[in-house]
This record gives sequence, C-alpha cells and structure tokens, in this order.
Amino acid sequence: MSSFKAIFDSYSWDEVKKSIYAKTAADVERALAAPKRTLEDFKALISPAATAYLEHMAQLSQQLTQKRFGKTMQLYVPLYLSNECQNICTYCGFSLDNKVRRKTLSGVEIMQEVAAIKAMGYDHVLLVTGEANQTVHVEYFKKVLELIRPHFSHISMEVQPLEVADYEALIPYGLNTVLVYQETYHQEDYRQHHPKGKKSNFYYRLDTPDRLGEAGIHKIGLGVLIGLEDWRTDSFFTALHLNYLEKTYWQTRYSLSFPRLRPFSGGLEPKVEMTDKELVQLICAYRLFYEEVELSISTRESEKFRNNIIRLGITAMSAGSKTNPGGYVVEPESLEQFEISDERSPAEITAMLKAQGYEPVWKDWDRMYI
Amino acid sequence: MLQIADKIFRSRLFTGTGKFSSSRQMEEALVASGSELVTVALKRVDITSEQDDILLHLKHPHIHLLPNTSGVRNAKEAVFAAQLAREALETNWIKLEIHPDPKYLLPDPIETLKATEELAKLGFVVLPYIHADPVLCKRLENAGTAVVMPLGSPIGSNKGLKTADFLEIIIEQSKVPVIVDAGIGAPSEAAKALEMGADAVLVNTAIAVAGNPVQMAIAFKLAVEAGRLAYEAKLAATGNYAEASSPLTAFLDE
Repeated sequence: MSSFKAIFDSYSWDEVKKSIYAKTAADVERALAAPKRTLEDFKALISPAATAYLEHMAQLSQQLTQKRFGKTMQLYVPLYLSNECQNICTYCGFSLDNKVRRKTLSGVEIMQEVAAIKAMGYDHVLLVTGEANQTVHVEYFKKVLELIRPHFSHISMEVQPLEVADYEALIPYGLNTVLVYQETYHQEDYRQHHPKGKKSNFYYRLDTPDRLGEAGIHKIGLGVLIGLEDWRTDSFFTALHLNYLEKTYWQTRYSLSFPRLRPFSGGLEPKVEMTDKELVQLICAYRLFYEEVELSISTRESEKFRNNIIRLGITAMSAGSKTNPGGYVVEPESLEQFEISDERSPAEITAMLKAQGYEPVWKDWDRMYI
Repeated sequence: MLQIADKIFRSRLFTGTGKFSSSRQMEEALVASGSELVTVALKRVDITSEQDDILLHLKHPHIHLLPNTSGVRNAKEAVFAAQLAREALETNWIKLEIHPDPKYLLPDPIETLKATEELAKLGFVVLPYIHADPVLCKRLENAGTAVVMPLGSPIGSNKGLKTADFLEIIIEQSKVPVIVDAGIGAPSEAAKALEMGADAVLVNTAIAVAGNPVQMAIAFKLAVEAGRLAYEAKLAATGNYAEASSPLTAFLDE
C-alpha cells in the first residue's frame, strides 16, 4: 500500500511555518496571477501577507466555485449513533474521562432518528460515533447501513479509523464517503491532545486516507481541528496530504472541512484563535488552490458567518444538526459532542439560500451507483 | 435538419440542467434557448418520484429528456444506470458519461467503448461523451453509437475549443452526427463549432453560471443558428498571403 508517511516525514513543521510567515506581498501577487497554483502559492495565500488581498481572493474564489459547482449548495445532516469512546481527546465531549452517560442507539432508535431526519427533507446523512471497538464495530456498522440504506441516496461516515478490509466490507453496504480528520499534523501537540486510546497512534490515523483510497471509497473528507495549533501550518499539511492523495487515488473525490474548536462542558480552551477573517482567507485559499474540491461548513459556525460565507467558496453545509446520539427524537437532552452555533432549521436555511440565488441540493448521488 | 435515431431536431443547441440557481431559472433559460434535447443527471433527480423538482420544470412538449450517467465509474455501473433510467423516464436515449477522474472529469475511453457496445445491443440510443479522439470515434461507430460527443475542453472549464484540430478530423471522418459536448464558454465558440461543421453543441455551465442565464441562453441560440447558416453557406476561403504587387513569377509572361 502506498503511504503518505514518507512525504510527511520529509517536511519539518518549523521550517514550513517559517516559510509561510516569510511570504511577501510579491509572493501573494504571483500566486493570485498564476494560472495553475503550486503548494508554494498556497503558502502565500494562507500567509499573513495575503490578508491585504482578501477581497480579491474572495472574488476569485466565488468565480471559480460558481464555474465548477454552479449556484448550488449541497445539504447534509449528521446522525450520531454512539458517544461511547475509549479515547481521551482533550477537546471532545465524548472523551473517555468525561463523566457522561454513554449511549449507543439500537436499531429501533436509529429508525426513529431516521424518520425525523427524513421529515426535514434530507437525503444525505453523515453517521458519527466515538471509538468503542467492542460495541461499535464493523458488524454494527453493517447492520446500521443495511437499516438506513433504503432511506438515503448518500451515506457518509465519521467514525474510528478502520482497516482496508473493513472499508472494503462496508462499501457494498452503501458506504460512499468517509471523513477522517487528522486534528493536527503537529506530532507533539497531537500526543498531548490524545494521551490515551487507539487514537493516540498518530501515524495510524495519518495513513487512514491511504487505506480508504486502497479500498476504493468514492469520497474522502480531510481536515484539522482549528484551535489546536497554528492553523496556517496545519492547513498547509492538509493541502500537502490532499495533493498526495489526488495523485495516488485519482478516482476518489475529496472534501475539506475546517472546524473551529467549539466549547463543551469541561472542555479545553483553544490554544490558537482563528478569526472570521482568517477563516475566510483559508476558505478562499483552498478554493484558489483546488478548483474541484468540495468545501463544507457545519453548524459550528454562526448564523451571520454562514449567511455570508456561502457565496465565497463553500459547496456543502449542514443544518438543524444535533450532535448527541438520539438528539433528534430519542433522547434530545443527552450531552452534545459540541455546542452548535447556527440553530436554524433546514427550512430556514433553504429560504436563506434561495434568497441569495442558491439552489439547495438534497440529492447528488444515487444508491444504485454502489 | 438534424436527425438522431428517429428524432428530428430543429435546434442544434443541446443543453444541461446543472448549476442553475433555481429550477425555475433553469426552466426559463432552457425554454429561451429553444433547445429540444436537455440532459439531466440521474444522480440529481429522484426518478421514482412524480414530484421531482427538476423534472417538473422540464415538462414541455418540445423538450426531450436525455438522462446522463454522470457519477458512474465503469461500464458495468453505466449499463445499470441506463437501464434504470429507461424504466423510470421511459426513454431509451442515454448520454453516456464515464469519467472516473473526479478532478477534470475526463472520460474513460475503454469503459465508454465497452458500455456503448453493450447498450447498443440492448437497444439504447447511445450518446457517448468522449475525448476528441478520431480513432475512438470510428470504434464507437462500429459499436453502434448514435452520435459522438467529443469535448472542446474539460467539462465546466469554459476554455473553448482547445481540441479544434482533432474536432476537424472527427467531423471530416464521421458517419454519425458530431456534437461538441464540453468546454464551450461563449456563444462565439459555439458558432465556431457549427462553422467547422459540428452537427450540434451541448452547453450547460456557460448558460447556468452567466450573470443573466436567460439572456445568455438566447445568445447561444442565435450563435448556433448563425454558425450553422455560415457552414451551409460555405465560408469563403481564408487567404494566407496577399496578392503581391510585383509577382515573383511575372517574368514568365514577359
């Protein structure tokens, strides 16, 4: 199997960081003018020097996004199946050391949640769990996929990293997309935030997209949790990772997310604050570097920010999300993984999109294709 | 007039349904374009529902639906998708799109040829999206394709007729209609394709993403008509050299 590790290991975090912060206005202008942009151009676009060019970047980003995706917005919603977790992650509400009641949805409960999600109009669902390999394992996922497949045209998953054979086993059950965020590409920081559990193995997580590509998954989602480390350097490594994956697994599609750390009960304060302006810069930089990549924004972000960001490069968003197992109907009061910020319903989001001349897209895949 | 299988087309502008900001705007633009063949991605519509928003806005007597297989990655999936489309939309026409590369959406010639062979045997009217490859076009003819749909440049790129030299060879050699499918970004480029002798063009992004899609649809309609008229009128030969005032060979007549 091909592995990103060798490429990753040939880079030094500190040198990359230094080179990003050394980019000048001339570098930014060269990047903006380039017909094909390189990783060095991407560094310039995420550098502090590019903040003076934000409006220009936004204009370009809008043009490129509309050319590729049109005036449309994909809509999806998460379905949290379980908050059982054997990992300690300092920033997560489901962390093993967080004293909450643990819950994994049964088949009957899943179908109650599915009914509520379908009633909101959704056809694309994102299944989310913690990492509890004794109860929430491949056989459990198979059962869930079998249950829900007749109700959705597109099924995504954000669960613990699995083996190639596991992914190969799940794809025929209708698994289309897997999201696996590295959280941070800074190894020392990663160790501090993941002191216990399978997730503490940095390289196993790093190679997960390779295992997905090897298994022939249709779409892979990448990203880092913004707030753990310098977002510019982490985003460079995300781009480097994507660059490698695109060349290696050329039949796979990719999406990027940029979740900013949100508060939860007893949780960690972000080490690095990313401003709204900086997030806009990052979104535009990703679009200028990757015309084709899907960019997704969740309900972590505020109403005002989301209303304005949809025109600048975003192609997918969630709405009406609950981040706790059973959150839609079964157990609405259970503890959330994180607090959402934009609490508007899918109907309200649809109205907002239409008012801005955007067509909400509920269906962009078909279960017959797998 | 253009004939494909048993259908006669008055308009040589074929269109698509993606990227519009609403289904209503899509309908207005497509009606304004005069297009009689409109392609729709199976993955975007609910073919089992009478109430699908996109399909509802395409209900016009002069518009024929052309389901496309966008999203499939090989011949097997394409054939399966075509069969589902035939059943649900009651048409045996299929726009074959097999582009396993999600970045530039470039068509896979091997899988496309395989699927064309199979679909033609199953009685489909096959309209395959392909690279501007003259040899592949002849192979597809042998396989029973109804038309060939070579690209001008990558889908959605609006880069125009980058493959012009190869399109000319295809047009010269083809026994089936040639429809330039992808990359046309401006009405002038559509006119150019028709002037070259292409039988039709398919345009989507350039209309859907225009500042005013309805007006752009009309512009394409007129450009396609103008290009075809020019082709039929036979363009005057273009001269590469001027008439010299002192011809080099004048001494022969002295």
